[in-house]
Amino acid sequence: MTALVSIQDLWVTARGANGTETEIVKGVSLEVARGEVLGLIGESGSGKTTIALATMGYARYGCRISGGTIRVGEAEITALGEKALRAIRGRRIAYIAQSAAASFNPSRTIMAQVIESALIHGTASEAEARAKAVDLFRALAIPAPDTIGNRYPHQVSGGQLQRLMAAMALITDPDVVIFDEPTTALDVTTQIEVLKAFKAAIRDRTTTGIYVTHDLAVIAQIADRIVVLRNGEVRETGPIDDLLKQPKNDYTRSLLAAAEPAPRLRDEDAKSKEPPLLTVAGLTAGYGGLTDTGEPRIPILKDVALTIARGASLGIIGESGCGKSTLARVIAGLAPQTRGTVVLAGETLPPALAQRSKDQLRRIQLVFQSADTALNPTMSIEEIIGRPLTFYFGLRGEERRAQVRRMLDLTHLPSDVLGRRPGDLSGGQKQRVNLARALAAKPDVLLCDEVTSALDTVVAAAILDLIVELRRELGLTTMFISHDLKTVRAICDDVLVLYAGRQVETMGAAAIPETDHHPYTRLLLASVPALRRGWLEEEALAAREGKVDLSLAEGCVFHPRCPDRIAGTCEIGQPPIRTTAAGGVIACHLPAG
Amino acid sequence: MAAIADSRPRRRRNLTRIIAPLVVLVWLLVAVFGPAISPYDPAGIQDADLFEGFSAKFLLGTDFFGRDMLSRIIAGTRLTLGIAIVATSLAVTTGLMLGLAASAIGGFFDSALSRFLDALISIPSKMFGLVVVTAVGSSVPVLILTLAIIYVPGCYRIVRSVAVNVAALDFVVAARARGEGTFYIMTREILPNMVSPVLADFGLRFIYVVLLLSSLSFLGLGVQPPQADWGSLVRENISGLAYGAPAVVLPALAIASLTIAVNLSIDSFFSGRVREGVH
Amino acid sequence: MPPFQRYLAWLGKLMTGDAGLSLVNGQPVAALIGSRLGNSLILAGVTALVAVPLALTLGITSAVWRGSLYDRVVGASTVMVVSVPEFLVASAAVLIFAVHLQWVPALSQLGRINGLFDAIRVFALPVMTLTFVVVAQMARMTRAALVDVLSSSYVEMARLKGASQMRIVLWHALPNAIGPIANAIAFSLSFLLGGVIIVETIFNYPGIAKLMVDGVSTRDLPLVQACAMLFCAAYLVLVTAADVAAILANPRLRQG
Repeated sequence: MTALVSIQDLWVTARGANGTETEIVKGVSLEVARGEVLGLIGESGSGKTTIALATMGYARYGCRISGGTIRVGEAEITALGEKALRAIRGRRIAYIAQSAAASFNPSRTIMAQVIESALIHGTASEAEARAKAVDLFRALAIPAPDTIGNRYPHQVSGGQLQRLMAAMALITDPDVVIFDEPTTALDVTTQIEVLKAFKAAIRDRTTTGIYVTHDLAVIAQIADRIVVLRNGEVRETGPIDDLLKQPKNDYTRSLLAAAEPAPRLRDEDAKSKEPPLLTVAGLTAGYGGLTDTGEPRIPILKDVALTIARGASLGIIGESGCGKSTLARVIAGLAPQTRGTVVLAGETLPPALAQRSKDQLRRIQLVFQSADTALNPTMSIEEIIGRPLTFYFGLRGEERRAQVRRMLDLTHLPSDVLGRRPGDLSGGQKQRVNLARALAAKPDVLLCDEVTSALDTVVAAAILDLIVELRRELGLTTMFISHDLKTVRAICDDVLVLYAGRQVETMGAAAIPETDHHPYTRLLLASVPALRRGWLEEEALAAREGKVDLSLAEGCVFHPRCPDRIAGTCEIGQPPIRTTAAGGVIACHLPAG
Repeated sequence: MAAIADSRPRRRRNLTRIIAPLVVLVWLLVAVFGPAISPYDPAGIQDADLFEGFSAKFLLGTDFFGRDMLSRIIAGTRLTLGIAIVATSLAVTTGLMLGLAASAIGGFFDSALSRFLDALISIPSKMFGLVVVTAVGSSVPVLILTLAIIYVPGCYRIVRSVAVNVAALDFVVAARARGEGTFYIMTREILPNMVSPVLADFGLRFIYVVLLLSSLSFLGLGVQPPQADWGSLVRENISGLAYGAPAVVLPALAIASLTIAVNLSIDSFFSGRVREGVH
Repeated sequence: MPPFQRYLAWLGKLMTGDAGLSLVNGQPVAALIGSRLGNSLILAGVTALVAVPLALTLGITSAVWRGSLYDRVVGASTVMVVSVPEFLVASAAVLIFAVHLQWVPALSQLGRINGLFDAIRVFALPVMTLTFVVVAQMARMTRAALVDVLSSSYVEMARLKGASQMRIVLWHALPNAIGPIANAIAFSLSFLLGGVIIVETIFNYPGIAKLMVDGVSTRDLPLVQACAMLFCAAYLVLVTAADVAAILANPRLRQG
C-alpha cells in the first residue's frame, strides 16, 4: 500500500532578525496512509506545526523549505509553483488552526468564510455549498445550524468556532486534513465536545489526517499512529498502543511520565493537627461599581470560603473566567473585595494593599503564571531575588548575596545566573527565579497562580517536583491555582472547585475518585482525557450547550449547562449545601448519589 | 560555514548603522567647534561676487551678500542644532515627567491632563508657531519655548502609554504586592524599561523640531537676521534659486542630511530593522 | 478687559460668524478669508485627489510585496521625504521644473488662467510639492496598517484555503485595514494643512495660508486667530471622518 502523504528528509530553515539562518526541521521523514490519522507530538520548538504546514507547501514568513520532498497523492508539493499550490490548498489538503477566534476574519460572516474554499476551487455552486455547510454544522453538533452562518465570528463561542473551522476545512471533501492543536486553547469541558465532533467527522468520512498536538492524552483518542518530535527531529514513530505501552525512546518516556503525574505528597495526618493558617470567609469581589443591593455590577467571585492549615496545600480549580486568579489577587490585597474577610494566623487582614503592614504583605507571596512578564527584564537575577531580602529584612552586600545564593540552591539554579538577566534564561529557569523571589520573603502562604501552564509538560513536571520539595523542606503552606485537574490532584491535599465565581465543591484530593460530586465536578473529571485509546468513545457525560452567566442572581450558576438539572428547582434559590460521605462539601439542588 | 553565510547581510546593514550616526556626530562636532573651524567671519562681507560657486578661496561659494557660505553654514549649524536640542530636551523631559506622573497618579489628574494635551495636539504645529510669533514676536528663547510646548503632548502620549503598559506587567504588580512605594516602582521597575522607546521618541521629536524650526525660519518667522539658522539661510538666498546657486542648495542639503541621518539611526538602533526573508 | 475674557468675547462673536476686523486694513476678517478660502480648498482638493490614490497604491503594493526590492525602494524614498522640510521639496521642484526644464512658471498667478493646459501648468508645482509630502507619510502608514493585517492568522488561513493574492488583499485584508487606513489618510491630510502654509508662500499662491502668513508678518492677530481656528476645525473634521469610517467598517462596532 502506498502512502497518501509521504515526506522524505524534510528540512525547513528560519531566518532570524539578524539574518542568521537556523534549521527548525532537520531531515524529517514520515508517511500517512489513506484513511489514517497520524499524530505529530512534541513540545514548543519541536517543529510540529512547521512540518504540518510544509505538507501544504507553506512556510511562515521568514521560513522556507530548504530540502527534501513532500508528496501528497500524485502531486509532488515541493516541486509545485505558487499557482499549482493554490489549487491544492483548501481543495486537496485543508487546515484547522489552533485559535479559531484568530483564524476567522472578523469582518466577514461565518458562512461566507466556511464556503469560501468551495467557491475558490469551484467544487460547488454557492447554493450547494451553503446547503452542504449546514449539513456539516449538523454533523459537527453545532447549535442553530441553519442560522449560525449569518453571524459574525465575535458573536460565537470559542468551542463553536473551532467546530465551524472543521466545517470550513471539510467543505471541499479534502483528501487530507491537518489539525493544528485545534483544542489547545479550549477549556477541558469544551475540548471534549470538540474532540467528539472531530472524531465522528473523521470516522464518517474516513478522513486522512495529520493531528498536531503537545497533549498525549488528546492524541491517543484521535490518532492511529504517532510521530514524536523534538527540536525538529523524529525521536520515535509507532502505532499508538505500542508507543503508550512500550516507549523505546527516553524522551517519549519522559513525555509519558509528565502526562500522567503521580500524586507526589499527601500528608493527611500532619495537616489535620494544625490550626488553619489562612481562612477566607464570604469573599465577594467584582468591578463596575455596586448595584442597589450592594452587589458588584460585574461579579467575579461570590461568597467564597476556604481554609488552609499550616503546611497544607489547597488546589483551586476552574475554567478560564471562573475567578480563580481574582481569588489569589484579592487574598494578596491586589484586587478590591466587596465583602468578606481574609484571616491569616488569627489576624484579619485589611482588604486594601495600602492598609496592610509590610509584615502582612511579606507573609503572603504571589507567584505569577508567566515568568516572562513577572521578572523585570532590566534587572539581574541577583537584584530580582535580592530585592525582597533588602525590602523586608534590610539585608545588603555580602549578607544579601549569601541569602540569594541560598535561594538559588533551594530552587536548583546554578549560581552563575546571579549576574544574568531574565532574557538569558530558559522558561523553566525563569519560573524557578520567580519562585525563588517569592521564597526570599520567607512567606507563610505561597499563592501559585497557574505556575506551570505556560511551560512545556516535561519542564512543568520538574517545577511541580520543586514545589513539592519546597513544601516538604520549608513546611510551606500553598494555594495552588490551576485549570488542570491532573496537576492539582498530583500536588494538593484539598481541592476547591470554582464555577462562574461560585464555589461549587470543596473536597480532599483523596476523594476525587469517589462518585458523589457536584455535577460540574463530575463533568470536569469526566472531561480530562485519559492516556489510553478508546476513552473518548466510552465517555458519555456531556454538558448542555449553554453560556457561563456570571451575573445570574437566582438559582444554581451551573444549571444552564447541567446535564442533570431538575426543571423548576435548579433555577430557583441558592443551592443547598451538603456534606458527602468522603467529607467534601457540595452546593447543589440534586440529592446525594 | 555559518559565519561566512552570515557576513553578507550583516555588512550591508552595518553600512547604514555606521554612516547615519556618523553624519549626526559630524554635525554635532561642527556645532560644538564651529567658531574654531570657521574660515571667515560668518557676517563679514568678503571680496567676492554674489552667489559665487565653489572655489579654493570660498570652498562652498558665497551668498547673496558675498559672504562665505561655509562659515555661514557652520554658524547656522550651531543655531539649528542648539535650538533643536534644547527644545527637544525640554519637550521630552516635560513629557516624560508629566507622562510618568499621570500613569502613577491616575484618576482625575490623568484624565484631565490627557484631555488637555489631546486638545493641544489637535492644533497643527505650524499654526501654533505662527500664532505665537504673531502674538509675542520671534526670538531664540521664544522659539525654543514654542517648539518645546508644541511637542510636549506627543511625547507625553507616548510616555504615558508605554508607562501604563509596563505598569500592567506582572513584575510591577509583584512590586506593588511586595509593598514598594510609588517612587521605587517608577524609577526602578518602570523607567528602565522605557529607555528605548523614550530615546527613539527623542530622536523623532528632534527631527520634527528641526523641520518646524527650519520651516518657520524659511517663512521669515523663526531666527531673525543678522543671525541665521539653516532655514533662514535658504530663505535669504532664495533669489539664487533661479541660477541654481550653491547658497540655496547647501543649507537645504544640510537639513536633509541631518534629519535623514537621525531617522535612519533611530531605525537601525531601535527597531532592529528586521530583514525578513522571502519565502 | 483681561486677555482671557477678551478671548471669550472673540470666541462668542466667532460663533455668530463675526470674526472681527483686520488690524491692518480694517476690513472684516470674514470677508478676507472668504475671498481666499476657495483657492485653498481647490489646492487641497486637487492634492488630495492625486495624493490619496497614489499613496494607497504605494502603501498597499509595498505591503503586499513586503521585503521585495520594490518595497525597500519605496520604504527608503518615503523615509527621506518625510525627513525633509516641505520648502526643500518645493525649492527642488522649482529648480528642476521651472528653472532647468522651464515647463511651468515658478509662481502661481490664478488671474491668468486660460483653459485647462494653463490650469495644469499653474497648479502643477504646488500640487506636486504637497503631494510629495503627503504621499510619503500616508504610504508608510497604509503599509504598516496592511502589513499588520496581512500577518494575521485569518490571512494565513485564507492562504491555506488556496485564495489568490488578489482575493486575500481585497476580500480579507482591506476590510480589516479600513479603520487604520482611514486614520492614516486623515493624519496625512492634516499634514496638508501645514504643508499648505509653506507651499502657498513659496509659490505666492493666493490662498488662506498665504493670507495667514502675511497676517503674521504684519502681526494682524484677529486675522491669524481666525485662520488658525479654521485650520483646527479642518483637522477635527478629518479626524472625526476617520473615526466614523473605522466604526462603519467594523462589524463589532457597527452592531454595538
